[in-house]
Formats: sequence, structure tokens, C-alpha cells
Amino acid sequence: MDVILFLIFAAIAVVCGINVVVQSHPISSAISLIGVMGSLAVLYLLLGAEFLAAAQVIVYAGAVMVLFVFVIMLLNAGAETRKGRSWMAQLLGLPLVFAFLGLMAYFVQHLFPGAPEVHFGAFRHGTALDVGRALFTQYLLPFEVVSVLILIAILGAVVLARKELE
Amino acid sequence: MNFFLLSLIKAVVVAFVLLTTLAYLQWVERKVIAHIQVRLGPSRVGPHGLLQPLADVIKLITKEDLLPPYVNKFLYLAAPFFAVTMALLSISVIPFGAEIHVFGTSTWMQLADLNFGILFVLAISSMGVYGIALAGWASNNKYSLLGGLRSSAQMISYELPLSMAVAAPLLLANTLSLRQLVERQSGYILGFIPRWSIFQGPMPQIFSFIIFMIAAFAETNRVPFDLPEAENELVAGFHTEYSSMKFAAFFMAEYANMITVCSITTTLFLGGWLPPWPASAGSNFVAPLIFVVAGAIALYHGLNPARRRDRLTLPVVAVVFFVVAALFLIPFLQGALMPLFWFAAKTGSLLFLFIWIRGTLPRFRYDQLMAFAWKFMFPVAVLNLLVTGLLVAVFS
Repeated sequence: MDVILFLIFAAIAVVCGINVVVQSHPISSAISLIGVMGSLAVLYLLLGAEFLAAAQVIVYAGAVMVLFVFVIMLLNAGAETRKGRSWMAQLLGLPLVFAFLGLMAYFVQHLFPGAPEVHFGAFRHGTALDVGRALFTQYLLPFEVVSVLILIAILGAVVLARKELE
Repeated sequence: MNFFLLSLIKAVVVAFVLLTTLAYLQWVERKVIAHIQVRLGPSRVGPHGLLQPLADVIKLITKEDLLPPYVNKFLYLAAPFFAVTMALLSISVIPFGAEIHVFGTSTWMQLADLNFGILFVLAISSMGVYGIALAGWASNNKYSLLGGLRSSAQMISYELPLSMAVAAPLLLANTLSLRQLVERQSGYILGFIPRWSIFQGPMPQIFSFIIFMIAAFAETNRVPFDLPEAENELVAGFHTEYSSMKFAAFFMAEYANMITVCSITTTLFLGGWLPPWPASAGSNFVAPLIFVVAGAIALYHGLNPARRRDRLTLPVVAVVFFVVAALFLIPFLQGALMPLFWFAAKTGSLLFLFIWIRGTLPRFRYDQLMAFAWKFMFPVAVLNLLVTGLLVAVFS
């Protein structure tokens, strides 16, 4: 059951991911990206990381992507026009993709040789309680540093968006 | 009993009750608005227009289903479907009542108790905006597009104070599961004040409650925040180009969202299915009393009929009310019915508030809407969360 669900949603994620690149209209690409986010959330849920799954949907699918869609709609971006592609890209594209995938597989094999097999539902530390405890004890410093980083980003956005005072 | 069979039965019952409530909520809304405006409201189809929802459904199904030219066909068709799916999905985690025991099996009056239930609701509601935004975009109509844009901007803005207002009572309850959330609100302060989140120490969540309700109005696109469908500027906003059942889907989504939001408010702030005063002080007799009084009034008018047909119909109604009152008094059924009654009463009062405000307040201007969210609601929500967090940390 878990494996079937994993295969279904992994396939959806991959197909949507490819669709993001293939689609010529920005809205279609954005919607495919929402599909990727959604299926990733389901994969987290299958692994037992329930808080992460909910946060994934709330933050990425529900907030970041709404902003994407909003901006695309606001700018009324039209479909991408296809220019003539270089013959180099047409010729070398497919072999390079396979070379890249092979290289990635090689690195994963060599960097994590003894990685244990994934068991669905065996992970029991994905609740909000566990995540919160880890964030405020073990990962307190990174957490605070990221908070400061986000604060800087917000300040930057405010400075950029501020009207010029004469 | 078999888990799947039990879940299936519960799902069917919940879906049936929800859809019926949806249809009749619209009737209640039209009646209440009509009486606010000193009109009669629907009165032709059936007694007091009670069959009006049915007539509306038939009308909507049999209307021509138009597909305007130059729309983005896939998104145009998918948007209403998406909106109504997301609106109906979150009802699955809401606890309607306490545990019941039927034929040797015990089950909770809830479809699924996720231990991140409230996050699930937030996630689903944050996905709901796509239905409206994409409908507006795919319709190839500038009014629809403006409606869709307004709706996404509004929902992003009001989601912040909404989430902040949700977080504060969670600090008191110390759980994310909706069922446990209600259970943590049981008991009474000084023996008569219920320990609901809006009364509970160390920080009564009355401010969260108000912020949540205001943000909920905005999230459900209701008056005074119905900018996405402001009919005097945008024709009908995002659903201008929709007809027949596709239009009905948006209509259903709006009402389903209202029901969800009111149920969540009840669960978070008003103690869910718990009675407002202890059963020892007679809270179990409220429901039978209401039905007996209603039955007595119906009987009185039946005996002094204003119209000829009242002589038959009103006594029948009275008998039905008396039977319902008797059902509430049977000890075996009381344990299951009273929580359901309190949940329905609280949610119903909140729904009435939604309708009442629609009949009372004018619409916001767009800049007022945004300024209100960012310059007032958000700071107040943050402040409320900080104070609650501080007090919880100090006193526990």
C-alpha cells in the first residue's frame, strides 16, 4: 500500500516537474510546480514527517505559489515564443541528460554507500512536538541565524518598495 | 466493526448532512436578509419557501452550460472543481461530537482525528484560493481577472492574521489535534464559567477570537470583504463567465467554506461540543426545552389558525417537535445528541452572525481592505500571540 502510494505520487511529482519546463505558458508551469509541491507533501506524509508535510503545503503550495500565480496574472505574462534552437542543444541535449543522471547516481552511491533502506511509517519523530524541540535545542543557532536572514530580507524588501520621499 | 465500513458510513452521513446544510443555509440566508430588509424572502415554493433550495438546484442543473470562446479550457473547467473539492475536504477533520456507542462499537463523531488537524485545515484553506484565482484568470475576461487578482491578494494578506490568531489558543491547549483541543477546554472555572479558549486563563483568547472571525470573513470572501465579486464594479467578479453547475460549484464552495470556518471557530474558541454550563446545572434540558417551546407555539397557532391549512400542518409540526424533544430526554440517546446539539448551536450562531453582517455592513474600499489587514490586524495578532506566549510561559 505504502509502496503503491509512493510510486503514484513520485510519478506525479516527476511528471509535474518535467511539465514545469516543457509548458510554454507561465501559468501552466506554475500550476505544475504546485503539483510538484503537493506530491512532495504526500511523500513526506508517507515517510511519517507529518508536520513537514503540512508546512510544505501551507508555505510552498499555499503561499509562495499563490504569489507566483498572482504576479504572473498581474503582469499578464503571455505564452513563451519559441525561437529557433541551436543545433548544438538539439544534438547534445539527450546524451548530456543521461551523462548527468549517471554522474548523480555515481555520486550518491559513493557518498552514501551504507545508507539504510527507507521504511514507510517507521519514522516516528515528525510531529510538531519533535520538530519544535529539535529546532529550539539542537538546531537553535541555525534557526536563529535563519530568522535574522529573513528579517534582513524583509527589511530589504521594505527599502526597495518604499516610495521615494522628496 | 470493519474500519473501512465504519469510515464509509461516517463519510456518507457527513457528506449528506453537509450538503443538505449547504442548500438550506442559502435558504436561511435569503430569509434572514429579507427580514433585515423588511421583505418576505422566498415564499412561493413550498411552505415558507422551504423547497426553494431544491428548485434552485433543478434550475441550475438544467441551465445551459456555456463555454465562452478563447478561455483556457483546462483551467476554466478545473477551477470550480478544485474550489469545491478544497472547500469540502476540510470538514473531514472537524469533531462534531463526543464518542458514541452503537451496537457494541464505539466511534467518534469525526471522520479522521489527525494529530496535526489544525495544520491540515490551514493547508487546505490556503490551497482554496487557486480555485478562485485561476477561474478569474482562465475566463479571459477583465472583470474576472480583476476578481481573481483581488481574491488572491486578499487571501494572502488575511491568512497571516488568521494563522496568528489560530496559534494563540493552540498555546493554551498545547496540541494540534482538533479532538484533543476540545477535550482540553472541558471543565469549569469557579464551577460555572466554561474553560473554553475565550475564557481560559492565563490569557483569555477573546482578541484571537475577534481577529479570527474578521479574517475568516475575508478568507471566505463574504461581506464586508467580498471585493472579488463586488457586483457594482466587477459584474460578478471571478465567476462572471460561469453558468449552470460550474457556477453552482463556486456557490457551494463559498457556503462550505463558511460552514468549515464556523466549525473551526467553534472548535478552537467555543469549546466544540461541550455544554456552556455543567450537566449538573441542567444543561442537558436546554435542547428538549427549546423543542417543547417551539412545539407549544406551533400547537397554539394550529389551534387558532390564521389560514385554513394551518389547522392541519401546524399540529403535525408540533408533534414532530415534541417527538424530537422526547428523543433528547432518552438517556441512551442523550449522550450522543447533546454534544451534537451544542456543536450545531454554536456553529449555527456563528453562521447567523455571518448572515447578519452581510445584511448590515457595506463593502470595504480596496485600499481600506489592505491597510486594515497589514496595519491593524497583523500587528494586533502578533501582539496577542506574544502576550499569550509570555503568560503561558510564566504561569505554567
